[in-house]
Amino acid sequence: MSPLLPGTQAPEFSLASSPKQSVSLSAFRGRPVVLAFYPADWSPVCGDQMALYNEMLSEFAKYNAQLLGLSVDGVWCHAAFAGDRKLHFPLLADFEPKGAVARQYGVLREGDGTCERALFVIDADGVVRWSFVSPIAVNPGADGIFDALDALSGKGV
Amino acid sequence: MTLRPPVSEHDHAAGNADAPLTLVEYGDYQCPHCAAADPVVHAVQKAFGADLRFVFRNFPLTEMHPAAEPAAEFAEGAAVQGKFWEAHDAIFAWSRRHGPPSLGPDAFAAIATSLKLDPQQLEAAVESHRYLERIKNDFNGGIRSGVNGTPTFFINGARFDGAPTVEDLSEALTELLKS
Repeated sequence: MSPLLPGTQAPEFSLASSPKQSVSLSAFRGRPVVLAFYPADWSPVCGDQMALYNEMLSEFAKYNAQLLGLSVDGVWCHAAFAGDRKLHFPLLADFEPKGAVARQYGVLREGDGTCERALFVIDADGVVRWSFVSPIAVNPGADGIFDALDALSGKGV
Repeated sequence: MTLRPPVSEHDHAAGNADAPLTLVEYGDYQCPHCAAADPVVHAVQKAFGADLRFVFRNFPLTEMHPAAEPAAEFAEGAAVQGKFWEAHDAIFAWSRRHGPPSLGPDAFAAIATSLKLDPQQLEAAVESHRYLERIKNDFNGGIRSGVNGTPTFFINGARFDGAPTVEDLSEALTELLKS
């Protein structure tokens, strides 16, 4: 399975972000979207990937970009994780059918049942402009995301 | 993953400015792994002597560690009094001895006293957020460099993805020194 490449229209999805709410990709048309797939809630390190991005929300806001985290965990697990880590952006549950969106984006780990640690930057028209799959154990940081957002907004690095 | 803002005279640097090796740490004063890494850095500094320059940049994870940013402001205030590294080490030592959650105004006051720093000036440094912009600049430079947690080390500008142990850091440094 290989991730969707730049230039591809990002597949539409609608996933639960909480027990009562759902989020559709198309709702963010007109703004860049940073889609961060990650293997599971509750990774045991300080400054795990989602907590790290949570500290950068004001930087994402400068690009008017919406950050969405996505894993195969269910909404209750996400709610507990987001509460514990004080996350202020949506975590989407690719839970039923499990990993369906990850599969569409080419980042489902067959056999594991989890998704890759994969990043997509989607432009205001819903087109994938940058994608990256990190080795599963390596938190990729955010430099690539911000380089892609710079490229979208025509800023030099 | 390369260090984007190169090391400059604005950084807190220790050791030989012309050293062939520069170790940069992005750290958070309330992170237990950073506190544990502090003696590791000292051991590496001792082992490499004049071959190594060490630079510390702030990367406070403020949602996770509410005292990280005030602690960074405290250290910046101490820097103005000429004791950045003393305060830096004292904060991490406090954290190792009393636990990271105990960092806060009382800990800072005790550290100020033990280092004979002017406590009022330091309190003002934390309260006024005078050094916050500098700290945020460190943080943003870290984002653009690929910092992926704390501590994150860079050796001569390249991210070090090994374990923050004396063995792993020394091995990477020795290899570069030979090349």
